[in-house]
Amino acid sequence: MFIKPQLLIIFLLLFLHSNLSASEKHGNEIYHAIYLEAETGSNDDGIIINEWDIDGWIGTDENKLWIKAEGERENGTTEATETWLMYSRYIATFWDAQLGIRHDTQPDSLNYAVIGIHGLAPYFFETEAHLFISEDGDISARLSQSNEFLITQQWIIEPYLELNLFAQDVENLEGGSGLSSGEIGLQTRYEITRKFAPYFDLKYERKFGKTASMSDESQSNIITSIGIKLLF
Amino acid sequence: MSYLLKKTRFYISLILLLAIFPVSANTQTYSLVIDKQTVNIIDQPLTRITLNGDIPGPTLEFTEGDEAVIHVTNNLDEDSSIHWHGLLLPGEMDGVPGFNGFPGIKPGETFTYRFTIRQSGTYWYHAHSMAQEQDGHYGSIIIHPKQETIKVDRDYVVLLSDFHKDDGNTIMKNLKKSSEYYVYVRRTLGDFFSDVDKNGFSRAWQNAKMWGEMRMLPTDLADIGNYTFLINGKTSQQNWTGLFKVGENIRLRFINASAMSFFDIRIPGLKMTVIAADGQAVEPVEVDEFRFGVAETYDVLVTPDENKAYTIAAEPIDRTGFALATLAPNLGMRGATPKQRPISLLTMADMGMAHEMSDMKADHSQHNMDHSMHQMASTQAPKDDFNTGVPDSGWANAHTPEGQKALRYKDLRLLGEQNDQREAEREIVVRLGGNMERYIWTLNDKKFPDTRPIQLNYGERVRLTFVNETMMAHPMHLHGMFMQLENGQPINKLPNKHTIIVAPGDTYSVLLTADEVGEWAFHCHLLYHMMAGMMNKVVVAQLQDKEVSNHVH
Repeated sequence: MFIKPQLLIIFLLLFLHSNLSASEKHGNEIYHAIYLEAETGSNDDGIIINEWDIDGWIGTDENKLWIKAEGERENGTTEATETWLMYSRYIATFWDAQLGIRHDTQPDSLNYAVIGIHGLAPYFFETEAHLFISEDGDISARLSQSNEFLITQQWIIEPYLELNLFAQDVENLEGGSGLSSGEIGLQTRYEITRKFAPYFDLKYERKFGKTASMSDESQSNIITSIGIKLLF
Repeated sequence: MSYLLKKTRFYISLILLLAIFPVSANTQTYSLVIDKQTVNIIDQPLTRITLNGDIPGPTLEFTEGDEAVIHVTNNLDEDSSIHWHGLLLPGEMDGVPGFNGFPGIKPGETFTYRFTIRQSGTYWYHAHSMAQEQDGHYGSIIIHPKQETIKVDRDYVVLLSDFHKDDGNTIMKNLKKSSEYYVYVRRTLGDFFSDVDKNGFSRAWQNAKMWGEMRMLPTDLADIGNYTFLINGKTSQQNWTGLFKVGENIRLRFINASAMSFFDIRIPGLKMTVIAADGQAVEPVEVDEFRFGVAETYDVLVTPDENKAYTIAAEPIDRTGFALATLAPNLGMRGATPKQRPISLLTMADMGMAHEMSDMKADHSQHNMDHSMHQMASTQAPKDDFNTGVPDSGWANAHTPEGQKALRYKDLRLLGEQNDQREAEREIVVRLGGNMERYIWTLNDKKFPDTRPIQLNYGERVRLTFVNETMMAHPMHLHGMFMQLENGQPINKLPNKHTIIVAPGDTYSVLLTADEVGEWAFHCHLLYHMMAGMMNKVVVAQLQDKEVSNHVH
């Protein structure tokens, strides 16, 4: 293993601390925003799917500790979990550069180094692009984008897109080199408050290229679900 | 014998005392207690800050020349302070923690402010600690001139404020989570389609495309959209009422003590004669309405000639409600509520980037961009058509009805003459910047306290030029000294202002005589912009020549 996650966490915390300890009032306070989405639904084969997604940060305008955690359970079995911890640095008006680690328990217990960007692209596309290097040395990447359209001030539809890529075949993960999988979806939510919004989600996901031929599961899925989105 | 000696001593000390404190200098003493209490201003009981038990705090009255002695007791569990907004006073009495050695008022402590009143007019006071100002920590100040020159039958303070169900610190935290947290006037798909109906698809698409490219919102007039607006602490339902008899001359002392809200002020059926701006007398101007920036004050005269109720209507510029009050011959009366005006959409002219806009292929015909760009380019000289807002500004469009007169900054002419009529020796450019997406607000790209203080040599004359590179209007406030607004009037008639609205995309300049030694706060008076860092320090001191030249731009 080429990175000790515990050491990296300590390093990140120390780095944040050194950046924040000079803070005074006005402009350097520590804030946070953490979004939590939890949803339950089923795919077109009738499999019950539960998903969760945590995405948020704590820190100043310039230096943030960024946390991400997501996972999926199918018919009660955990299929995938990811936990990310990153240092996020303000580098341009709408952009942060990010560096950190990611730990998966399923489908395979694996650690990754993560480097990437997070921000708002022109036309209000919330954009993330991350490159992963696994402890086995394999390289993969993920790109995701979303946008928001208002039906009313509280009814909001959010289309989103996610693409996964592998630089090489990774058999344990059933990932083939090239574009491996993707999803496109539409979340329709009602913001009762900014901090509490039930939603309906419709998403199409599929595998591509080599990945599709490596997997014995279905190549594509349509998943409908309901969930709640919380902001802390 | 000893009795006589004692008696003599007593009289001698009395005479000495009188010699030291001449009886002619009247001392006006007030005590203010800052406390947290449950208030029932909106439907739900909320814990807020009160001054002597009320929101707003008491009106403090002085006469020019008085010695002011104000005992301020802090019963909060955090530091507090009071800043006397617009008053000329020694720096250590200005009430900004961290400036001039003033440490703030610790919990449980009493601080006594003492200063000589050197001016007259309408001013106000408020906390300069955290977001306390949002939570009720404000009140009005009336200073009578030594010789009253304006005879009025009635004299009322009309203090506007914005009250929220979230306290100030919560609001700040939520704005950092999402700058749109409190904005409920964003463009919807329906707005887009009605735009298509009205202007055709291609223009509607171009417009949406341009705003999208900039990642900005044309509806971004106010960061916080769900305030309850108060007049003298009363909601529109509670209806603060000022009584009059027909034909009486009434002075209304308008104070905008809001944390974040700009208003358009009108009293349908009454002409208002503006006689003072920011406490300083101006030549009378008759208007139907005026745009009222956060922290400004205006004194107006009105003379109701009918035996009926008149509505004082303060409409926030994002059109999310009204602050209403009444002038009436009897209590319990209420005038008509005016119709809500449409929200203004920001235009390209409001973008702080008019120069880049010329390269874009968007349809400019309706906006007359060439003209506004010409205006943008000439930032040095005062502009002839000085106004609050660049030409074609959406921000400046109050939807004033045809034939009605709205006050413009260029209408303001000082009553009397400016003492200092020198030209500026140097110019200091202050760029107002921000990142709405992250709710970061800056002066010259820096957040306070990372800013470089503006150093002024005592007695020098400088021009401060504000260049607003953001899409929002910023009421820029300087403590301790009045700024002379270069509004196109002759130099001897420039109005004194303590707070200047710098409209989106606009450039305004002021002349300043650095005649008050001290460290003076200089900031955007939108509370959450200041808290986010839009603040700096102006230091007036006897500088060495070398130090001065270092800071010449």
